Amino acid sequence: MNGGAVGIGEAIVFWVSGTLAVIGALGMVISKKAVHSALFIALTMINLAILYVANAAPFLGMVQIIVYTGAVMMLFLFVLMVVGVDSSDSLIETIKGQRAAAFLLGVGFSILLIAGIGNGLMETSSTGLDAANAAQGGNVEGLAALMFGPYLIAFEVTAALLITAAMGAMILTHRERWMPKRTQRELSQERFASGAHPGQLPAPGVYARHNAVDTPALLPDGSASDMSIPEPLRVRDDIRDVDPAEIDEVRQLSADSSGEDDGR
Amino acid sequence: MTEIVPAEGIFALLWVIIALPAAGAFILLFAGRRTNSWGPILGVLTVVASAVISVLMLLALMDQPAKERTVVQNVYDWVFVGSFQASFALQLDQLSMVFVLLITIVGALIHIYSLGYMSHDPDRRKFFGYLNLFVAAMLVLVLANNYLLLYVGWEGVGLASYLLIGFWQHKPSAAAAAKKAFVINRVGDVGLSLAIMLIFVTFGSITFQDVFGQASDASEGTLTAIGLLLLLAAAGKSAQFPLQAWLLDAMEGPTPVSALIHAATMVTAGVYLIARSNAIYDAAAWAATAVVVVGLITIFMGAIIGSAKDDIKKSLAGSTMSQIGYMVFAAGLGPIGYVYAIFHLLTHGVFKAGLFLGAGSVMHGMNDNVNMRRYGALRGVMGVTFVTFMAGYLAIIGIPPFAGFWSKDEIIHAAFERNAIIGVAAILAAGVTGFYMTRMIAMTFFGKKRWEDDAHPHESPSVMTIPLVVLALGSAFLGMALLFWGDIKDWLKPVVGYESVPTPLPTSFYIAVTLIVVIIGAIIGWVMYARRDVPMEAPTGNALTRAARQDLYGDAVNDVLVVQPTYRAAEMVTTFDSKAVDGFVNWTGTFVGDLARRLRRSQSGFVRSYALSMVGGALIVALALVLVALS
Amino acid sequence: MNPANYVLLSAVLFSIGAIGVLVRRNAIIVFMSVELMLNAANLAFVAFARMNGNLDGQVVAFFVMVVAAAEVVVGLAIIVTIFRTRRSASIDEPNLLKY
Repeated sequence: MNGGAVGIGEAIVFWVSGTLAVIGALGMVISKKAVHSALFIALTMINLAILYVANAAPFLGMVQIIVYTGAVMMLFLFVLMVVGVDSSDSLIETIKGQRAAAFLLGVGFSILLIAGIGNGLMETSSTGLDAANAAQGGNVEGLAALMFGPYLIAFEVTAALLITAAMGAMILTHRERWMPKRTQRELSQERFASGAHPGQLPAPGVYARHNAVDTPALLPDGSASDMSIPEPLRVRDDIRDVDPAEIDEVRQLSADSSGEDDGR
Repeated sequence: MTEIVPAEGIFALLWVIIALPAAGAFILLFAGRRTNSWGPILGVLTVVASAVISVLMLLALMDQPAKERTVVQNVYDWVFVGSFQASFALQLDQLSMVFVLLITIVGALIHIYSLGYMSHDPDRRKFFGYLNLFVAAMLVLVLANNYLLLYVGWEGVGLASYLLIGFWQHKPSAAAAAKKAFVINRVGDVGLSLAIMLIFVTFGSITFQDVFGQASDASEGTLTAIGLLLLLAAAGKSAQFPLQAWLLDAMEGPTPVSALIHAATMVTAGVYLIARSNAIYDAAAWAATAVVVVGLITIFMGAIIGSAKDDIKKSLAGSTMSQIGYMVFAAGLGPIGYVYAIFHLLTHGVFKAGLFLGAGSVMHGMNDNVNMRRYGALRGVMGVTFVTFMAGYLAIIGIPPFAGFWSKDEIIHAAFERNAIIGVAAILAAGVTGFYMTRMIAMTFFGKKRWEDDAHPHESPSVMTIPLVVLALGSAFLGMALLFWGDIKDWLKPVVGYESVPTPLPTSFYIAVTLIVVIIGAIIGWVMYARRDVPMEAPTGNALTRAARQDLYGDAVNDVLVVQPTYRAAEMVTTFDSKAVDGFVNWTGTFVGDLARRLRRSQSGFVRSYALSMVGGALIVALALVLVALS
Repeated sequence: MNPANYVLLSAVLFSIGAIGVLVRRNAIIVFMSVELMLNAANLAFVAFARMNGNLDGQVVAFFVMVVAAAEVVVGLAIIVTIFRTRRSASIDEPNLLKY
């Protein structure tokens, strides 16, 4: 919300946010895991939103956070979940000379741009957006006046573009059903035919005195069921031993209850 | 100077003499097989009609006063380009008149003979078409009034000769012989075209009247050059040294062709050219000397070759070469010799045609066998042929009162008028002539029978023997007729000039010596071939005989001097074409391919590589923008 | 401090995004780099809007955001579809256009 000149506060904001944005960008490019890259770029985008606000564009800053960081990056994360971890994440370069050339070109490009910008822009003055924002009574109103005025056709076309994109996404990801959908009967038949345990695994600690995850459930005959222990613990053999006294107690209970009821 | 008489009265038919055989050729060659039945008769009739008209022309020309015997008829304005003007114009004067008579009359007789000789040939209509074409072209040659039209006729007879030598085109030897004749002729034709160009440049015109009127004005060097070029042309057409190699091969053609073209008419075109251009040779002494030398060499070459050949036609061809050598020799002697050259040409045309037709008759009776070693004792079987052949024989060796005696002895006398040495040489050659002709008749008509088993010699039909009789009568009486009944020297003098130079000894002396030498030669020939048995296989002779059988190595010389270098040059050009030109063109192809192969590697299929090049491109664009902004 | 510094920052972020596109092999990370480049462009627009004193830059930045969102939707759908058939999200894998 400044005029043309850059005040000391804005300068501080610029240097802090700018640095964080660059760090985020670098982190995105360098990260080994894809999810880390996504988070880094989210950092960059938020910092960019701060910079927008500093440049008297509050609406745009909020839209950046809500739409870009919120929707688009989340979409990225969802797709990462679908695709999963891949060998393509490895950072070994397969095309010869690509990395060196890329680095060279990128650095050269940035030097070129900086030189060009530096040459052209350093002496210009900045007008500031106070007048423009006040003209329509606020930044949002100003943008609206422009968007529904001179840029109306662009607006409409962009809207059509969005609809088309949504339809395109639906068509692209549509999976054609080639065979009739398997009914519940078929699904349950498959489950039993495979020979694996058909039902739910027992929860740990059933009929035991403790319901810790590493306490096995007790079967009616008093033996411990290893299947009730979650696999990570089972694999490590991290199973608590069951006190034999408790096993007798269980037997007792079951005998009592079977005496009351009609044999079970 | 003679006045030019316009072509009126009978002379208006001048163009018809040419048109009749030309039309005959056109009809026979283009109307095709429909004319097969009556075609030959038409061919004969056109030439006979031309002969009749020619005789009428002769009578009319004889009626004209001597100074007014040049008739010019302009048929058609042909080439008029700037200062170069050539009309299709015919000039009938004393010189061309005798040639026209020779061509049409002898031509007519040979056409009639061919009716019988070619009666079994399925292509005889074509034969008569070609013969008519030849007669028309030869007439154009001798009747032209400018060098360009003469050249047209010159080329036309060359073409007809090619077509007729190679008439039996299925025979590879005939096709090769036709090609050889044409190519060697072509070398001479180059001389003629260069001469015409030089004449035009020097005199500004190519019409005979204009050129010969101004001949003495040009420089001697130019005239010598023109004379030598014309000599080259004449050598090619008349089979003189060094362009003589084609004449013996030309005997592959049918015998009427050999008789008409390669004995009586076409080979005499060279002599006509030299005689017609006498104004040029009179002014260029060196060129005339060259003509004499060429003629002299050829006289001996032809005689030696003719003495060693067993093929009757080839022997006669060697004889023709030698006799034309006599004519060329005489023409080179200048005004003392021109009339005798033409005189000998006329008589030779008659008796040589008779000899060739007689040989054809013998061949006809011996199943087309040409090997004289398989003849012998034919005089009992082929009486008419024998008698007519003997008439030609006596004419050619120069026994009085036959025709050849008058013409050849005058040439020898003229030789002595110039130089004793060449005179002696001419006499010696006459002796050799006597030798080889006697050899021929001894092997053919006398001696023992050496026939093949399937040979049944018989006399030829009258359609063939009647022309033989007519020509034999000519061989007997033509010489006397041209000297005593009508004087050939006076007739030709206005055109070619004539003078007589006194010789140290009287004329009769030279005649007597010639006759003695000739008879000695004949006796040697008789003893060797009529008295002794002639072996059926040719024995290996001495070196001269072997050389003569190989045409005095003429072909070998041509091969080394011309053919092999041309092959080498052609090979070099072909190699250059395939290696350098093709190599270069193919290299552009392979170069593109190589380049493509290298460039292709940039299509790696990896998105990131493409993205890399995109960023590179963007970098360059940005660089350009920045540089422009900075400057 | 000069307001043009924002544009310089935008240039730096853009280059980092470009390097990311060229260097990473995972398709989704490449996509994220592209998003980074778009954001850098947005920052430049906003800075210019402030420097020029009218809101047109912000409107354009807004439109860029919208279009980028649409593009993300379609792009990710494509990646998911490819992943379903090829079971790999590497962008080096579909190299059938090679010579």
